[in-house]
Amino acid sequence: MTAMLKIENLHARVEGKEILKGLSLEIGPGEVHAIMGPNGAGKSTLGNVLSGRDGYEVTEGSVTYMGQDLLALEPEERAAAGVFLAFQYPVEIPGVNNTYFLRAAYNAQRKARGESELDSMEFLKLVREKLKVMNLSTDLLNRAVNEGFSGGEKKRNEIFQMALLEPKLAILDETDSGLDIDALKQVAEGVNAQRDPQRSFLLITHYQRLLDYIEPDFVHVLADGRIVESGDKTLAHKLEEHGYAWVAEHGEPAGAA
Amino acid sequence: MTAERSDNVATLRENNPEVVEALSRRYGAGFITDIETDSLPPGLNEDIIRALSALKEEPEWMTEWRLEAYRHWLTMPMPDWAKLKLSPIDFQAISYYAAPKNRPKSLDEVDPKLLETYDKLGVPLHERARLAGVAVDAVFDSVSVGTTFRKELAEAGVIFCSMSEAIKEHPELVREYLGTVVPTGDNYFAALNSAVFSDGSFVFIPKGVRCPMELSTYFRINAGHTGQFERTLIIAEDEAYVSYLEGCTAPMRDENQLHAAVVELVALEKASIKYSTVQNWYPGDENGVGGIYNFVTKRGDCRGDDSKISWTQVETGSAITWKYPSCVLRGDRSVGEFYSVALTHHHQQADTGTKMIHVGKGTRSKIVSKGISAGKSSNAYRGLVKVEKGAEGARNYTQCDSLLIGKTCGAHTFPYMEVKNSTAIVEHEATTSKISDDQLFYCRARGLDEENAVSMIVDGFCKQVFRELPMEFAVEAKKLLEVSLEGAVG
Repeated sequence: MTAMLKIENLHARVEGKEILKGLSLEIGPGEVHAIMGPNGAGKSTLGNVLSGRDGYEVTEGSVTYMGQDLLALEPEERAAAGVFLAFQYPVEIPGVNNTYFLRAAYNAQRKARGESELDSMEFLKLVREKLKVMNLSTDLLNRAVNEGFSGGEKKRNEIFQMALLEPKLAILDETDSGLDIDALKQVAEGVNAQRDPQRSFLLITHYQRLLDYIEPDFVHVLADGRIVESGDKTLAHKLEEHGYAWVAEHGEPAGAA
Repeated sequence: MTAERSDNVATLRENNPEVVEALSRRYGAGFITDIETDSLPPGLNEDIIRALSALKEEPEWMTEWRLEAYRHWLTMPMPDWAKLKLSPIDFQAISYYAAPKNRPKSLDEVDPKLLETYDKLGVPLHERARLAGVAVDAVFDSVSVGTTFRKELAEAGVIFCSMSEAIKEHPELVREYLGTVVPTGDNYFAALNSAVFSDGSFVFIPKGVRCPMELSTYFRINAGHTGQFERTLIIAEDEAYVSYLEGCTAPMRDENQLHAAVVELVALEKASIKYSTVQNWYPGDENGVGGIYNFVTKRGDCRGDDSKISWTQVETGSAITWKYPSCVLRGDRSVGEFYSVALTHHHQQADTGTKMIHVGKGTRSKIVSKGISAGKSSNAYRGLVKVEKGAEGARNYTQCDSLLIGKTCGAHTFPYMEVKNSTAIVEHEATTSKISDDQLFYCRARGLDEENAVSMIVDGFCKQVFRELPMEFAVEAKKLLEVSLEGAVG
């Protein structure tokens, strides 16, 4: 088995409407894949299907993650197995301390894997280590989860969570959206610091600019529910130059069943 | 239904032993203690009241006080303004007195079965009391079975004993204060309580004394076909301080049992009383059968200038809860506070809130109410802020938040305001929210299962109130909410 994640002919519906129409994709360990595409192509649907959100119905196809059927797992089981979704819109949870939330999540995952849980002192030590990576102020840790965070702080908090939870497969859903250039750089630095031969990334994005800072190994173009073009990072530049319409005219459907 | 449920449990047991444990923990206090009791036959009339008073060896004035209340009660109609769904109460079918036989003289003589009961409930009555550092009065059905730390408290001049004892040992104090905050004819259930109350706690903190430890009363209903009618009176003299905690549980029965208590607090000049409740009376089963009718009158009188009364309550139990812990802010610059978490699930109904009556100048009140509804339950906040003519510069801040879990529950807010002084500032904020799918999914995508996610979100919602509880109570309250919410989602 070489692929960490293998998506084959995936069809998925939301509210009865077919969004993914035969998507296929393979991601090997340590690889960084970027999925680009116009609005409505199914980018966020892919992220949600992979992390198990309710309301997304898979009608055909399969997703194999580290040799197991990913679609059969509950969202929390996927998390414990090492799948991480950085949310496009991280939600606020009023009154729940950010550090407390992180420790609960961290320990729930460890418990699910049969590992010992960390007490609050041990966890705090770990948090301090990881904080350095993200250049986040400790003040955010003592506030409620995402409550009153700026857009940039929310996204950085997501990447910080990723640093802490050390997933094997990180899915970043439009992490660049709504960020100014400085915040984008900080987020990218955080991601780059976590690149590792054992950790794979799936970057979902609308714009090429994220890929200036996080260099992908592969770029795929998603249009109308399937991957219509795949290539190396130069593909992203071509898209930037010609727009998505260019793909529709010249691209060969690569993942169609 | 039962078969289906046991199937589910069987599957669960294989997959997840913790969940099974949690399920069986659902109402952990639902057991019955097998103990011999003395009780009065069911029924309510003047002879029963005389018999009750005689059993308790009460002085004549007390008997008369009861009878007067009873005669008043007879003239009152059962109130129906709260729009509660409630089966008619047959007051003649209730026994108004049940007490364990062999009443002990001291804690060392308490029936081991009783000690075991309180042990199971996590209430320290024996040596453990010393460790916990909380003085406890344990009320079992109609009587107090023991009060801890009495000697230590007496050294500080604090009186903490059962109401029955207080009537005998400190009649002058009882006569001076009993019924001065909640008069016998105040309302239907207060009148009933005044006629038939059997026990409760009495606290007196003399001038200038800061009570050296937390005081607590643990109320337990055990016998069937009885009601519990306790009466609590707390008096803090000038510059005195006390923090008092109250906990309640009852066995699971398919009848509705009545609990109609009266609590009176009196704070004199610069005195401060903090009263915390964790109410976990049996709520009935998931179909709404059984459970306690909790109809309680609680009121504090800030009688002296610069006095303060603070109510904190966590209400998770009872089939019906109907209570409005209130403050009469009579003294100038006196302060009233009400912090409440009320959780309802299945078919529970809660109608709770507070009344803040501003009489003195510069009086301030703060209300923070958090209602959580799940299942088919209904949860209402009902509160009155009243500013009298003379209450120059009175201030009130009210915040009512409701959290809905699922689609079949209801939350309502009824804020009443009567302001007769134009210098007063009265603020009210209300929100209603749902635990969103987004919040749940966010937690689950980080590895938390659904139940942990819900209890974490609920805990966050209640934080403002939990902060007001003494440490041990805050922990217990949090656990209670978790247990009460089991099965609320999914």
